[in-house]
Amino acid sequence: MFRFRLVPRSQASQKMLVLAPLLAVFLTLVVGISLFAVLGQNPIVAFKAYFIDPLSNLNGISELLLKASPLCLIALGLAIGYRANIWNIGAEGQMYVGGIFATGLAIHFQDYPSAWLLPMMIVAGALGGMLWASLTALCRAQFHANEILVSLMLTYVADLLVKALVYGVWKDPMANNFPVTVSFTDSALFTPFVELGWNYWEGTRINTSVFLTLIAIPLVWFFMQRSFSGFQLLVAGLAPGAARYAGFREKKLVWMALLISGLVAGLAGVTEVAGPMAQLNDRWTPGYGFTAIIVANLGRLNPLGIVLASLLMALLYLGGESVQVSLHLPKAVSQVFQGLLLLFLLGCDVMVNYKIVRLPSTRAVAL
Amino acid sequence: MKVKSLKLMLLSVFLLFGFNIGARAAEPLKMAWIYFGTPGDAGWTFAHDTGVKMVQKEFGSKIETSIVENVPESADSERVMRELASKGNQIIFATSFGYMEHTLKAAKSFPKVKFYHNTGFKSAPNVHIYNSRMYEPAYLAGIIAGHMSKSNVLGYVASFPIPEVVRNINAYTMGARSVNPKITTKVVWISSWYDPSKERQAAETLIGQGADCLMQNTDSSATLQAAADKGVYAFGWNSDMSTIAPKAHLASVTQVWGPYYVKVTKAALEGKAFTDNVWGGMKEGMNGLESINDKIPDSVKKEVEAKKAQIVSGKFKVFSGPLKAQDGSIKIAAGATFTDKDIDSIKFYVEGVDGQLPK
Repeated sequence: MFRFRLVPRSQASQKMLVLAPLLAVFLTLVVGISLFAVLGQNPIVAFKAYFIDPLSNLNGISELLLKASPLCLIALGLAIGYRANIWNIGAEGQMYVGGIFATGLAIHFQDYPSAWLLPMMIVAGALGGMLWASLTALCRAQFHANEILVSLMLTYVADLLVKALVYGVWKDPMANNFPVTVSFTDSALFTPFVELGWNYWEGTRINTSVFLTLIAIPLVWFFMQRSFSGFQLLVAGLAPGAARYAGFREKKLVWMALLISGLVAGLAGVTEVAGPMAQLNDRWTPGYGFTAIIVANLGRLNPLGIVLASLLMALLYLGGESVQVSLHLPKAVSQVFQGLLLLFLLGCDVMVNYKIVRLPSTRAVAL
Repeated sequence: MKVKSLKLMLLSVFLLFGFNIGARAAEPLKMAWIYFGTPGDAGWTFAHDTGVKMVQKEFGSKIETSIVENVPESADSERVMRELASKGNQIIFATSFGYMEHTLKAAKSFPKVKFYHNTGFKSAPNVHIYNSRMYEPAYLAGIIAGHMSKSNVLGYVASFPIPEVVRNINAYTMGARSVNPKITTKVVWISSWYDPSKERQAAETLIGQGADCLMQNTDSSATLQAAADKGVYAFGWNSDMSTIAPKAHLASVTQVWGPYYVKVTKAALEGKAFTDNVWGGMKEGMNGLESINDKIPDSVKKEVEAKKAQIVSGKFKVFSGPLKAQDGSIKIAAGATFTDKDIDSIKFYVEGVDGQLPK
């Protein structure tokens, strides 16, 4: 008659910090092997198909980077807020609005090819994302509304905005009444590496949008670790009382965190519409804004961790497709596997800050 | 020394397998299908899957098939096609309208791979289109509905207002009005190919407005189930749905992709690529009207059979004059018929359809 209880550690366990991911990998291996074995697959072949095959050629690596890039970008922005206990759940919607703003320019200037078009779209997308996030910031800072609910609900509004536009004024007249915009012209698109003369990437889709992420990573790292604002946000998250005592203005921090995460989410929207999609359509719901929440937490709200986590999430997407293609497993199986892996990773992470304590039986306590 | 022996060992292993590969019999033809949904037990993807099974049975080990399910009509579909192509698939079937642009883009990067896109209207040197004249069996279903409806109101659960769907609504209405001029058809658009809860809601709305024979241009059997629950009639669409609601089910408009897939496969195995754009109908056996309910009077069944024979022989064309649009304007003069191009760009409701076509 023993019970177990999670008890917070007084200090994060350095040992578990290293052990947790290893434990998660171990658990995934055990469960994965049994899962694939039950399905009649050779687990080694299945793991190879899941984790190695997608990376075994250049096309796969290009796709991995294309998929990871927006996830990483959004998660970096979210992490800034999450460290300060400002929970922006609506990055998805901020991404849509970023995409809408960029699309507006791309359609408006489709007949005027210019080297300035794409940079303008990038700026517009960033502004769009910030605008959408500012609604949440306004509600939280001025009216003390819950930013989780507001940002989440605004995502659905943004989704309907996209639909209203592609069903209405932006519908491509040549698309036979299908709700899509015109395909963007080349000057409204990120340049594929191949067209830059990097023939090594021949036959792949990878484009210059990944540089946005590569620039954002050190900037966010610097902001978090070295800037005073980043320090203020961190203190506000760890010890709100101390932050108030030190005179940090909460409203300012809320605005800052939400605007930054809106900005990068908007950028992610641009990289999608001006990248692989090359148009806007009504079924653009990649869920990156929501997946990025997992990425941010998986990366322990640390820029480097987020980079790794986004690569892992992207690999899980590609691996899921890969096992469908090569092992003919249904999609549900790959989703179960993804879910388990994430559960183990996040579950084991709890052990860093908590420990399991065995309590005596209830009767003993009562005595 | 150790390193050297390891190298030697690796080399011998490589040689062993290397020679083995060279000695192996002809590689199977790798083909792939991408599905918008999952096959389940009825509907669009099920109909394609049935076709794939026929190919697998026909060619056995001569081919190796891959299927990727639940591929959204987004940039993800291009990635899936690229992955399939880079894994050596020589033939890729993209089985949903929304894959069109992505198929064209993927095809550009893989000029040696043959892509076949279902229901689109853009082709390329290595992208060929295949489609089914669903308006033919839809017209026949309309004849049944015209006889079976008591309220003289038909209902249509529709997906996207593209010509493909609009002409099916028109054909269903025209069939019904050919036997019962009092018929009107109400339409609800759900902006999705597959969304059982929205489909069901739309069906219930239509029933609420008096519709008693429902048809749909969506992928699930939700419309039929809603009809069964409310005690009205409905049709199956894409595959035979008679077992789902035997009492409410009047007949099923079905797609038959198997023979087409077999033809493409056979050509590829013989080294001749299949490059036709195919738009087949009842004549080619690419669709049909199946499992007609016993409740339907024999006279109606005979009428449907006769019309079907006329369609198959080419004597009757669904889009032939005189045909009036919803607003009463003449679209096809008496004695004239629509060309395929006209049919493929229909953007108007015929007389008898209620409501406004989304523009």
